[in-house]
Amino acid sequence: MTLTYYLVLAAILFTIGAVGVLVRRNAIVVFMCIELMLNSVNLTLVTFARATGTVDGQIMAFFVMVVAAAEVVVGLAIIMSIYRTRRSASVDDANLLKY
Amino acid sequence: MAEVLPAEGLLATSWLLIALPLAGAAVLLLGGRRTDRWGHLLGTGTVVAAFLLAVLCTVRLADVEGRSVDVDLFTFISTGELDVRAGLLYDPLSAVFVLLITGVGALIHVYSIGYMAHDPARRRFFAYLNLFVAAMLLLVLGNSYVALYVGWEGVGLASYLLIAFWYTRPGAATAAKKAFIMNRVGDVGLALAIFVMFAQLGTTSYEGVFGAVGTLAGGTVTALGLLLLLGACGKSGQFPLQAWLPDAMEGPTPVSALIHAATMVTAGVYLIARSAPIYDLSETARTVVMAVGALTLLIGAIAGCAFDDIKKVLAYSTVSQIGYMFLAVGLGPAGYVAALAHLLAHGFFKAGLFLGAGSVMHAMHDQVDMRRFGGLWNKLPITFGTFGLGYLALIGFPFLSGFFTKDAIIEATLDRDDWLGWTTGGVAVLAAGLTAFYMTRLMLMTFFGRPRWEDGVHPHEAPPVMTVPMVALAVGSVFSGALLVAVFPLSDWLEPVFGEPEEAEHVIEPFIIGIALTVIMALGVLAAWLFVGRREVPVTAPVRVSPVTRAARNALYADTINESLFMRPGQWLTRALVWVDNRGVDGAVNGLAAGLGGSSSRLGRTQTGFVRTYALGMLGGAVLVAGALLAVTSG
Repeated sequence: MTLTYYLVLAAILFTIGAVGVLVRRNAIVVFMCIELMLNSVNLTLVTFARATGTVDGQIMAFFVMVVAAAEVVVGLAIIMSIYRTRRSASVDDANLLKY
Repeated sequence: MAEVLPAEGLLATSWLLIALPLAGAAVLLLGGRRTDRWGHLLGTGTVVAAFLLAVLCTVRLADVEGRSVDVDLFTFISTGELDVRAGLLYDPLSAVFVLLITGVGALIHVYSIGYMAHDPARRRFFAYLNLFVAAMLLLVLGNSYVALYVGWEGVGLASYLLIAFWYTRPGAATAAKKAFIMNRVGDVGLALAIFVMFAQLGTTSYEGVFGAVGTLAGGTVTALGLLLLLGACGKSGQFPLQAWLPDAMEGPTPVSALIHAATMVTAGVYLIARSAPIYDLSETARTVVMAVGALTLLIGAIAGCAFDDIKKVLAYSTVSQIGYMFLAVGLGPAGYVAALAHLLAHGFFKAGLFLGAGSVMHAMHDQVDMRRFGGLWNKLPITFGTFGLGYLALIGFPFLSGFFTKDAIIEATLDRDDWLGWTTGGVAVLAAGLTAFYMTRLMLMTFFGRPRWEDGVHPHEAPPVMTVPMVALAVGSVFSGALLVAVFPLSDWLEPVFGEPEEAEHVIEPFIIGIALTVIMALGVLAAWLFVGRREVPVTAPVRVSPVTRAARNALYADTINESLFMRPGQWLTRALVWVDNRGVDGAVNGLAAGLGGSSSRLGRTQTGFVRTYALGMLGGAVLVAGALLAVTSG
């Protein structure tokens, strides 16, 4: 069974996404990295669904996609409005919300 | 005690005695400035009406079998086992007090119309006086210790309000506070006594308590007696709580006459006489009462010799005379009647003396320093006459009232024929001489000698509205003693309360005591003439005086002792408690709050505002959770 390959690929994708979120400053890139992490999870869900022969995982993957789509809408809108007021899309520049 | 019948007819309306002055006070206090014009007339009217009602009630009472009636009014407190009925007990003892309070009270109300004529707050004055009369009548008419306590606190309140009547004077405000606080000390004793009655007997009505007091242990009865004595000492200005009474003279003079001479300060004597069945069972308590009385009458007489303030001399004289009454009630059955006769006679002559002093002050622009008087006898003839009769009655001039009543007390004390009787009797005889000395000194300094008036003072006799009550009281001070002892013996009237008067075995013939006391009185008068009358009275008090005089001028250091023994340690205690509260209790609470605040603001620094830092935190957390789950499930 080639289950392992899919899972390893998902892990690699998740790691790339996580590292991207942590090291990149551009909000759009960070956003895409989050999408990458979500999709790696989707891959894992679908893989296990195939392995167990049930559809639970696939249904779950659809839910994740819906949430991700909604999140993209809201997130991109926030990034757009921050960029308009600050002329910057760096996540480090938006740091006023603190102690 | 005689059997108490339920009241019928006129006697059933005796609650009106209390309600009338109370209504007067309510109208005057609530009516405000609208009642200014006729307020004093209403205030006087209610008390005069109460006096007339009291006379009618007393006449009716004389026909009742056993001369004691009970007026049941309403349930005062009812909770669980505790059931206190409000009611009045109209018996010979309360009847004489009611007559004294309303009679002397009415005269003093009339006098006050003139005395307070120029005071803008005259209406308030009459409202407080009416409040006092109502509370005092409740005190003597109540049929339980709880009713007595309500009246007791009521007269304390009225006394406080009236001492501080001129509250803009710092002296008056302080004196009122002093009186109130020292009375509280005594009231604690009375309250504790009532609690003991509740706990041990489950009732506070006189009938219930006196019926069951015989079943109590001896120690409990003695404790009751001593606690009641503490209450009596506070109200009556007896040792060790005597220091407030002279200061209370800061109030208007009619107040001194009514409250701090004739009626309220004798409430302590009433309390002990009313509690006779308790004291009859405790020799110890009676001995303490006698000792307190003897000590106080001596202290009062010594202090009275040294003061130059006319009202303070009269105040110490009051302290001393009430000491005589305490000495007499401490004797038990032999002395109750003597004490009450002296109380009534004292009510007349001391009220008369205070009104006379008020008339003198009225004439001298409110001057109270006797060194500034002198030679007033022909300027104020009526005042001089009435004051002189009161003076003779007080020092026990033969056949005036003090002669009969004070002699009776001294006789009864000596008749005990034991060391206590001889000691306290000796003290009483000595103080009788001192009384003659200080009162003669007062007379000489006020009415005789060269005038030492301040510039611009033109003495004039008081208006009739003031002199008529003085004359009435002077008549009372001349005849009351003979009436009470010889013509209508008080002992017969009070027989339902204190039982059949016993024929005492006299150790010394009363006739000889009478002569001896007259000689001692004459010696006191002579001494006063030698020390004061023969020489010029200096306008300022001499500074170089003997230690005895200095001690007497400081009232035997009563204030100093109270201050160093109770007030200063009390202050230290409160200061220490404040320190513990601020540093200890508040410190702990504030420290906890400050610690939490400090640590949270330090923790707040980790909130940098950088999103990626948070993301790292979340990742780390997720890894930790995942690791922990793995460790748990695989292990």
